[in-house]
Amino acid sequence: MAQPRPLGVIPLGDSAAYVEFSSILDLDVNSVVQRLALAILKRKVPWIRDVVPALGGLALHFDPDHAEFPAKPLEEALALVNESMKPALAAKDNPGSDVVLPVCYEPEFALDLAEIAKKAQVPPEEVATRHAAGEYRVLMMGFAPGHAYMGGLDPKLAVPRRSSPRAVVPAGSVAIANEQTVVYPYAISGGWNVIGRTPMVLFDARRQRPSLLWPGDRIRFRAITRAQFIEMAAAQ
Amino acid sequence: MSVRVLRPGLLTTVQDEGRHGYQRVGLCPGGAMDPVAFALANALVGNDPNEAALEITVIGPELQFEQDTLVAVCGAEFQGSFPHNRPTLARKGSRFNVGRAVRGARAYLAVAGGFGVEPVLGSRATYLPGQFGGFEGRALKHGDVLPLRDAAAAERFSKLKKTRDGTVKWSAPPFTLPDREPILVHVIDGQHYASFDATSQRAFLDTVWSVAPESNRMGFRLSGPPLGRPQADEILSGPTCLGSVQVPPSGVPIALMADHQTTGGYPRIAEIASADVARLAQLAPGGKVHFARCSLEIAGELRKDARERLQSAVRGIAWEYGKK
Repeated sequence: MAQPRPLGVIPLGDSAAYVEFSSILDLDVNSVVQRLALAILKRKVPWIRDVVPALGGLALHFDPDHAEFPAKPLEEALALVNESMKPALAAKDNPGSDVVLPVCYEPEFALDLAEIAKKAQVPPEEVATRHAAGEYRVLMMGFAPGHAYMGGLDPKLAVPRRSSPRAVVPAGSVAIANEQTVVYPYAISGGWNVIGRTPMVLFDARRQRPSLLWPGDRIRFRAITRAQFIEMAAAQ
Repeated sequence: MSVRVLRPGLLTTVQDEGRHGYQRVGLCPGGAMDPVAFALANALVGNDPNEAALEITVIGPELQFEQDTLVAVCGAEFQGSFPHNRPTLARKGSRFNVGRAVRGARAYLAVAGGFGVEPVLGSRATYLPGQFGGFEGRALKHGDVLPLRDAAAAERFSKLKKTRDGTVKWSAPPFTLPDREPILVHVIDGQHYASFDATSQRAFLDTVWSVAPESNRMGFRLSGPPLGRPQADEILSGPTCLGSVQVPPSGVPIALMADHQTTGGYPRIAEIASADVARLAQLAPGGKVHFARCSLEIAGELRKDARERLQSAVRGIAWEYGKK
């Protein structure tokens, strides 16, 4: 594929900038964005506090009070992106870790199974099999701490979001919408179709690595029984 | 060695400058909604700038000091017989009964030496949605006892020049409090500004917006005319920032505040100049704001001016403590 180029640098106020590579989701572009974000982080630029890879580009969050904060941060940000492009493209395509998430797909946790099966015209028992067979990538994190948007869902399972969001989705719920899957780290409101639940704690601020998932990680889901779920949840 | 909570108030939390470096896993920096008043409160008691203080919101708490404590309340003016914007020595057993806010919405109560809560991910700020940081990850409740980090820090009060009645005469300037409403907040164009129809673009700048009751530390919903886009196409979710103004399909703009989500799928009509976020944070529900467009360069100048004003005030206070 052709080397992706920044379409532009968009200021997110005067303390951050979004470097856009694509206005639509393109998995090849996202893979470059992931590597680019890591390459920029590695440079430990003192006036950059955060590098956030997103679906179609990355955000650089500045520390505008830092002594080295440049007079023209947007130009500097773009230069930084361009300079980091070479090492980023040289890096292997899979910068993240491999993570296996146990999921119980049993009806107690698969709140939207019947609806998904109907919408996708797939037998209910096949929904879990197809979901667990996939290999996913963390394309972006956001919405809540530890909440990863993962690409790689079987296109057969690509159903739209629920017409009315749930006020509370239980923590650990594994859900799908369009061609992505997510895991809800907390009990929060959300509109994705719930197909199971993991006993794992997605985000714990007391852990040294607070988040179980990180941008660029490769995720697989492993089906577990209700008994295993209860046992693993108790061990958390 | 502690401060006892006799009444918690509407929403009293431990805050500092926030935690940076975790936005890529979806955790916003958080921290004090009005970082200017927060910094001044710490300066007033001779603290380092990032020491944990209490953020008091709209209806204040009643607190009892279990030993002599050097304390300052800075930011919004609240009812109650304690001094605003100046250091004072609260005697052992004395109480601060903080009533309703009469000007502004948020004040910071700092104690010399700071509050003794453990940092989580490098910060003592309370992050309410995640229930961590600050005091047990939550707003203060009746009966809580907040430990002080350094009981001896109250002795700093002896360094200050006092009037005959033993009080300090000078005070810190209320930089972020509204003199009158609507307050003026500068914005630069958001990524999707051009995709709004001309009526909505004009309405955004012409309207006196009112902070809706369902506003919180995550975001301020702004009541006014609904804003729309001629082609209501879905946009690709992307990063957001403190001060992003996003417009969901309802047309009601939301200004993202300290505990904002780090990404969003709604079009952003504007981005608030960082210098003006602290002033916006001082509006209570019902507070009025209007927006003025400016360039990125002007937003940068406003930020530098605000920082210099704050630093100069902080230096002046440090000088009172005999620090150069």
